[in-house]
Amino acid sequence: MHVWETEATQRKRFWLTSSLLCGFLTLAFLLADARPAFALPLVTLKVHAIPAFARKYGMPCSSCHEAWPKLSPFGQSFKDNGYQMGNDRDAPIFQSPAYWPVTFRITPIWHRESLGRVLVDGPGGPNSTETRVTTHGFDWSGLDFHTAGTLAKNVSFYVLPSADSTGAFHFEAVWARLDNLLGSSWLNIKLGKFELDNLLSEKRILTLSTYGGLYQNYHFQPATESTYAFGIGDNQVGVEWMGHSKNDRTRISAALLNSNDGQPNFTATNGTEDLTTGRAYNGFFSASQAFEAGSLGLQRVGGFAFLGQAPTYFQYNSGGIPLAIPGTGVGNKGYYRAGLIGMWYVKKLDFTTIYFHGWDSAFLGTGTRAIDPLPTGAKAPTWNGGLIETHYNLNPQWMLLNRVETVRMTRQALPIDPTMPFIAGTSVPSSDFGNIDVATFGFRYYPFISSRAGFAFHNEFSILRQKRVSSLGNDQTNSSALFGFDFAF
Amino acid sequence: MRTPRVSKITLGLTLALALPVVGAAQESHIGKLTGHSKTGQELYTRYCWGCHGARGDGNGENAPYVTPLPRNFVSATFKCRSTATGTLPTDEDLFDAITRGFNTSNMPSWAALTGQQRADLVAFIKTFSPRWKTEGSGKPLAIPAEPALTVQSINQGKEVFQKLECAKCHGQEGRSDGPSAATLTDSNDQPIRPYNFSVGGRFKCGSTNQDLYRIFMTGVDGTPMPSFADVVKPEEAWDLVHYLRTLQVSEKSPELKLWESTKEGAAIVQAKKVANTRTGSGLTP
Repeated sequence: MHVWETEATQRKRFWLTSSLLCGFLTLAFLLADARPAFALPLVTLKVHAIPAFARKYGMPCSSCHEAWPKLSPFGQSFKDNGYQMGNDRDAPIFQSPAYWPVTFRITPIWHRESLGRVLVDGPGGPNSTETRVTTHGFDWSGLDFHTAGTLAKNVSFYVLPSADSTGAFHFEAVWARLDNLLGSSWLNIKLGKFELDNLLSEKRILTLSTYGGLYQNYHFQPATESTYAFGIGDNQVGVEWMGHSKNDRTRISAALLNSNDGQPNFTATNGTEDLTTGRAYNGFFSASQAFEAGSLGLQRVGGFAFLGQAPTYFQYNSGGIPLAIPGTGVGNKGYYRAGLIGMWYVKKLDFTTIYFHGWDSAFLGTGTRAIDPLPTGAKAPTWNGGLIETHYNLNPQWMLLNRVETVRMTRQALPIDPTMPFIAGTSVPSSDFGNIDVATFGFRYYPFISSRAGFAFHNEFSILRQKRVSSLGNDQTNSSALFGFDFAF
Repeated sequence: MRTPRVSKITLGLTLALALPVVGAAQESHIGKLTGHSKTGQELYTRYCWGCHGARGDGNGENAPYVTPLPRNFVSATFKCRSTATGTLPTDEDLFDAITRGFNTSNMPSWAALTGQQRADLVAFIKTFSPRWKTEGSGKPLAIPAEPALTVQSINQGKEVFQKLECAKCHGQEGRSDGPSAATLTDSNDQPIRPYNFSVGGRFKCGSTNQDLYRIFMTGVDGTPMPSFADVVKPEEAWDLVHYLRTLQVSEKSPELKLWESTKEGAAIVQAKKVANTRTGSGLTP
């Protein structure tokens, strides 16, 4: 349902509705048979289908996940070892022939989306005024079918057909990996479409809302850009070498990737048109080292860098977009992202901190073809970003979480003209044009912890503010609230 | 129909029974680390109860699907010890077991946990049995320095292998096919196979020569593998270690290399390698 009301009325309605629903669901949990984890072994559970790894190894979710889907150090080690425990029981030959390594995950939710400064019809005519647009109601997420495991000892795989909420499928991940080549944990080769070796994994993000459900730093591009698509958080296509110490304290990886943001058939999209690529390769590098800090836990520090190229124009046989010939992207221009990450544990409290830096060629920053002259005053845009994500893991069943992210432009691609809103290829309204601040709060409650299925009661609120990006050059503030049942089986 | 009062009592009893039967707080001492059972209990709840059960009796929700069965910490019978058979292991033994995991079982290596966390788990595991308070750990076996590896030592080890009748279970060539192999059961009355030397692979209780020495000198409690500490002299034990390494024809050990350099050894090893090829995957049954 869409409503156009005063913000005060909307806020009242929102809090009333969400309070009632949260109260109802919390009451339902309290009345339900939701025993604490340690009480479960007394209950005889008859189940007929189970999450893939938990079923294979008979371990509770909490072994590999601090709160699923976030990995624990043990889970990270299991993943780095090619989804193997290393006990000579990993090969499929040791499983029942009926074993089928499939898990699905979906999330029925209620959510509220509020967009500030949306251009709508007004007294001045079509698209003449800005107002807040709020939407809320019941919904559901996309559906993931995770199938992963080992094809043989030291040969692992992962295939993830994923549907959006309409049921339209795509392949989110498709890879096979040769593990422990030459008997060394330092030699693992993965080929296919996979998540980059991000220590703070966006695919294992604990937040689900529109603005909190992704890491803004992983996807940020200056607001002046439109010609290429890229996100460190997006799964990419290529080949990866990864190595790690036996206890996983030291990790290092390098990947050679297509320059099409993980799309098939040499194509890519920037959201508005299909782009073509195929004549460039990108590289991603990461390294980290963990160390023990007494009773505080395992601390980890690391760094990463993505060095990329993107085409600035294409070959057409149809008179122009959107029918460029696949694989004909030319006029490549460079960009990079780099960062430092720290994962800090203070017993049940943990913080992840990231410093992020980005740089794009002036051609990419202004959306200019490499064969054309740059706009007057154009420069290569640069920016810095920061992230602090905090979790309080009360016990395996409760996770309180908070994240604050910020992105600050340090150099705009186009000259600044404070008298005008953003004019593509000409000027930006301010030096902070496109800056982002995001805050996310929430909690996840897992009423039971088992080795058969995962279930979480998820609550979250996120708010994003981006500077001067509305159509009339104003700051835009959007928010998203969400609660629902996040489950995997 | 139950009254609300009865329901409350039932719920209380259920929760009380569900809580681990924890004795007095325990500590563990591993090198400079001191483990605490209170912290260990939280870790146990996160990582261990699925197999070992809330009460530590090895009866977790996955126990019916796990072979071999998870360790029962209440009976406190431990396979991997540096102490004499029938005695409790040292804190280091438990710590090493958690760190190493148990090959060919569902127990993985927990090396990814911090040393402190593993020490805390050791402390908590010791709360399940009163034996830790009444008996304490046994005295670790003293292992003399390993003598020089010689062909003579390997040959003498072969004689010890025959004298101790190791072949009854492990088979003449260490293929886990001795005449008794198929009839063996563990203390849970579950079928158990002797270690198959011919395919190599980590021993459950370690991988070094010292570990191998310790395994047959202290025995593997809860299994038919006895302790030979009373019948084997230390020098004989080292000879046996050297010989057993030559049975692991898929491992590139110094013992095997030396043994292959002799005419007799080369022929035997070659024959075993061919036999391994014929038997297919060579996976430990």
